[in-house]
Amino acid sequence: MNVSRRGFLKLSGAVAAVSGLGISLTPVSAHAKELKIKYAKETTTVCPYCSVGCSIIVSVRDGKVVNTEGDPDSPINRGSLCSKGGSIYQMAVNENRLGKPLYRAPFATAWKEVEWEWALEKIAENVKKSRDASFKQTNAKGELVNRTEGIASVGSAAMDLEECFTYQKFLRGLGLVYIEHQARI
Amino acid sequence: MTNHWVDFKNSDVILIMGSNPASNHPVSFKWIQEAVDKRGAKIICVDPRFTQSASKSHLYAPLRSGTDIAFLGGMIKYILDNNLYFEEYVKHYTNASFLVNPEFKMPGQNKGVFSGLTDGKYDKGTWSYQTGAGGVILKDKSLKDPNCVFQLLKKHYSRYTPELVTKITGTPTDKLLEVYKLYASTGKPDKAGVELYAMGWTQHTVGVQNIRTMCIIQLLLGNMGIAGGGVAAMRGEGNVQGSTDHGLLFHIWPGYLGTPVASWPTLKVYNEKNTPTTKEKDSLNWWKNKPKYVASFLRSMYGKNLTLDEAYAAMPKLDDGVNYSWLTIFDQMYKGKFTGFFAWGMNPACSGAHSNKVRQALAKVDWMVNVNLFDNETGSFWRGPGMDPTKIKTEVFMLPCASSIEKEGSIANSGRLMQWRYKAVNPVGDALPDGDIMSEILFKVQDLYEKKGGPHKEALTKLTWPYGKMVGKHYHYDPRKVAAEINGFFLEDKKVENPTKKGEFKEFKKGDPVPTFAWLQDDGSTSSGCWVYCGSVGEKGNLAMRRGQADPTGLGLYPEWCWSWPVNRRIIYNGASVDLNGKPWDPTRAVITWNGEKWTGDVPDGAGDPGKGRPPFIMKSDGVASLYGPGLADGPFPEHYEPLECPVEKNLLSPQKNNPAIKRFDKKGVGSDLDVYASVTSCDPRFPFICSTYRVSEHWQTGVLTRWCPWLAEMQPGMFVEMSEELARDKGIQSGDKCIVKSARGEVECSAIVTPRFKPFNIDGNTIHEVGIPWHFGWITTKDRTYNPGDKKAEVFTHGDAANLLVPTIGDANTMIPESKAFMVNVVKKGGR
Repeated sequence: MNVSRRGFLKLSGAVAAVSGLGISLTPVSAHAKELKIKYAKETTTVCPYCSVGCSIIVSVRDGKVVNTEGDPDSPINRGSLCSKGGSIYQMAVNENRLGKPLYRAPFATAWKEVEWEWALEKIAENVKKSRDASFKQTNAKGELVNRTEGIASVGSAAMDLEECFTYQKFLRGLGLVYIEHQARI
Repeated sequence: MTNHWVDFKNSDVILIMGSNPASNHPVSFKWIQEAVDKRGAKIICVDPRFTQSASKSHLYAPLRSGTDIAFLGGMIKYILDNNLYFEEYVKHYTNASFLVNPEFKMPGQNKGVFSGLTDGKYDKGTWSYQTGAGGVILKDKSLKDPNCVFQLLKKHYSRYTPELVTKITGTPTDKLLEVYKLYASTGKPDKAGVELYAMGWTQHTVGVQNIRTMCIIQLLLGNMGIAGGGVAAMRGEGNVQGSTDHGLLFHIWPGYLGTPVASWPTLKVYNEKNTPTTKEKDSLNWWKNKPKYVASFLRSMYGKNLTLDEAYAAMPKLDDGVNYSWLTIFDQMYKGKFTGFFAWGMNPACSGAHSNKVRQALAKVDWMVNVNLFDNETGSFWRGPGMDPTKIKTEVFMLPCASSIEKEGSIANSGRLMQWRYKAVNPVGDALPDGDIMSEILFKVQDLYEKKGGPHKEALTKLTWPYGKMVGKHYHYDPRKVAAEINGFFLEDKKVENPTKKGEFKEFKKGDPVPTFAWLQDDGSTSSGCWVYCGSVGEKGNLAMRRGQADPTGLGLYPEWCWSWPVNRRIIYNGASVDLNGKPWDPTRAVITWNGEKWTGDVPDGAGDPGKGRPPFIMKSDGVASLYGPGLADGPFPEHYEPLECPVEKNLLSPQKNNPAIKRFDKKGVGSDLDVYASVTSCDPRFPFICSTYRVSEHWQTGVLTRWCPWLAEMQPGMFVEMSEELARDKGIQSGDKCIVKSARGEVECSAIVTPRFKPFNIDGNTIHEVGIPWHFGWITTKDRTYNPGDKKAEVFTHGDAANLLVPTIGDANTMIPESKAFMVNVVKKGGR
């Protein structure tokens, strides 16, 4: 069977284990590329940058991203990517990524690495304190408003659709009205 | 976007104005080029600067920043004077024939403003339509009545003569007419023209009206709803379409349902106030279904833990007439009104207009949570330039989140296409997906309220959150479950009549997905997080995961590639692509076709059975598109006003210089000491040049991600100011010189790029210079900042701080989006004068 890499991806759904063996790659020029992603698992993603929505194939071996490239199946980009989309690799493989929650105490001059549990508990306590202190059941006219006036939120178009929905649920459940994000700027 | 990216290939004329897709949406140019190569399409670019898009176009016209309405108003006049409009389309699919209240006055006869203005606010009483028996709008289908919309439009834009437009915009008259002629050629049924805009149109005090002017042109030319047509809002973020759809804005709940205000105490009142009605007998008035979407949304918040009335009461409400948007948030914060702040997946210390004000404001809150992939100017504001950490009280939590390839979920592109992304690897270090983080904070807050009580605690503790499970100490949030919730499901067994086939019933079981939003109910029996996404997840699974390649129409609709809202429709308003008898205006580009029994092609929008007379713009209560738009804050027709900060003394069109409906933060009792402007009433010699912000291909937004990526930082290493050779000569500046760009609010150091891409404008006989700066930079990735022990240093440093340090705190009259595209600055060589 002559299966092209593109066809193989389609046959196997979105996640495919690509091994060099058993796949006849006709173009010799593809040889170098193939080695780079040998034994890699492929998944598809969509570029997080602009709003064109280009599809990208991410190749992972031993839990590490080894390659990213444009997805030829996408009718939008047909394998093309711009300079940003072509650099997605560096978003995952990047020493500067934050890997631990950081905490800066009032008047402190430096960050401190902290544990998630500690940070989230302290945040929750802060949220409750701010909400309790600023919650208004009624406004100056005596109308029902049930809102928390002392907390604001901005964000985020950088989240997924699902996260956006639950984030607004979280904020409105807390009673926030000062809710904004990138769409306003 | 009304259409979608691939659809650019179907255009005959592509107008790029208010955007620069070659740089900022580079892959979209694939389809623009395809139109040129395969159809012989022409590209027009109108921009203050000769951009990369301009270099690919057939026709380039320069214009001064902030004068788009004058430019396009002249085009409306040209189209009308030369009878180049698409008469049948205009007559039947727009409100051209509607008769307006004879008391209505327009700027030409009313000192530059519309009737009804008092203290910066319009009373819209005179903007109404004339009505006859039963409240039906009076019309004149001959379009001759002096009070009909068509005649008013003609009269209003008769003032926008080419000579006057040239004086205002600085565009040479011959170029102006060349653009008008070429674009107006798409007014024929077999021609299609599309307009591509982005922040170049929104970031103005007349932002909405810029876009409205183009909508009027597209309607006059019959370009809405057709393949190769439409108005393309090219958005700046991968999911900003989706985050807007899901209501992460003060004024809307998910699905564009208005946030309730205090004077609407009950769900009943909310529905009465918000559900449009119509007296037009053939109009479908789709928003009549709003109560179903509201009820289903409330169910998605509280399930059956609360009744619909209780859920409505529990939700937070705004005070009537109060604006809670971005500029207000940072104004209130600066004044100490907030104790807590979430900056989640955002970097407002660089993205907010007047970033100095934003940075000062952050020091006024007790605590801030900043969720991001990298250290950034917001989370670390307390150690930024000019800050003394020992005097800053703010407690800051910087939480590391997973990147887009370290979790799964979907995003919606500008074409409303919902595409699924899969997880490739685990997050870096201890980073977590945003969904996990917000779930855990919520649970901890809920626990505190359960244990200790607090005001109105049910609003919080009764929220449903069936989105995952605890694994060890952590909650694993499952986006697939949330996607199903957003789509919606039945909360009980129910037999429902088919909304499109009377007399036919379908039985649903509790938990069954709702097939499309037409099946949603207003009685609380259905739940749906965001009605426009109803239909995305169902019996066939999550349709955003589809990868089908079929393109049955040949127009590039690809109906089986993922899923687009609403109901997988790829071109909205496509009911306007056919004539009154259902025949496509252009059979070679038929978006929908009637085969004698049903429509084929795209999912039809607003098209009833052919010949039955249903007007196709079903989201408008009267069924037709609005040449005349009485719903806006600043006038039913767009009128040219100067940017708040501008280089001219007078508006050459009228005695009213600026948009009269904008909110000035420098007014007493409104803003703060930091809200200062220059060149408002008269030209301020300290800031003689126009400045506009823009983007480069290699960076994204504030550079919060891309500045940390060495490949990109190396290609675009820092702030620059682009200026004309003429200005550089005047100022003794050469390419590469370090310069200071300064506005009334701040300054930023830039490297000079002297280029012929900017040319001085001749504005009514005066030479006016414009400069441009990119907005992607910030101090955190610079070499010269103070590094604390343990700080990570960027592999490749960038230079310069945020362009927004210069931008004024003034917003559009409707949206309050800041005016970053036209404000006044000075440029001096560093160390010079």
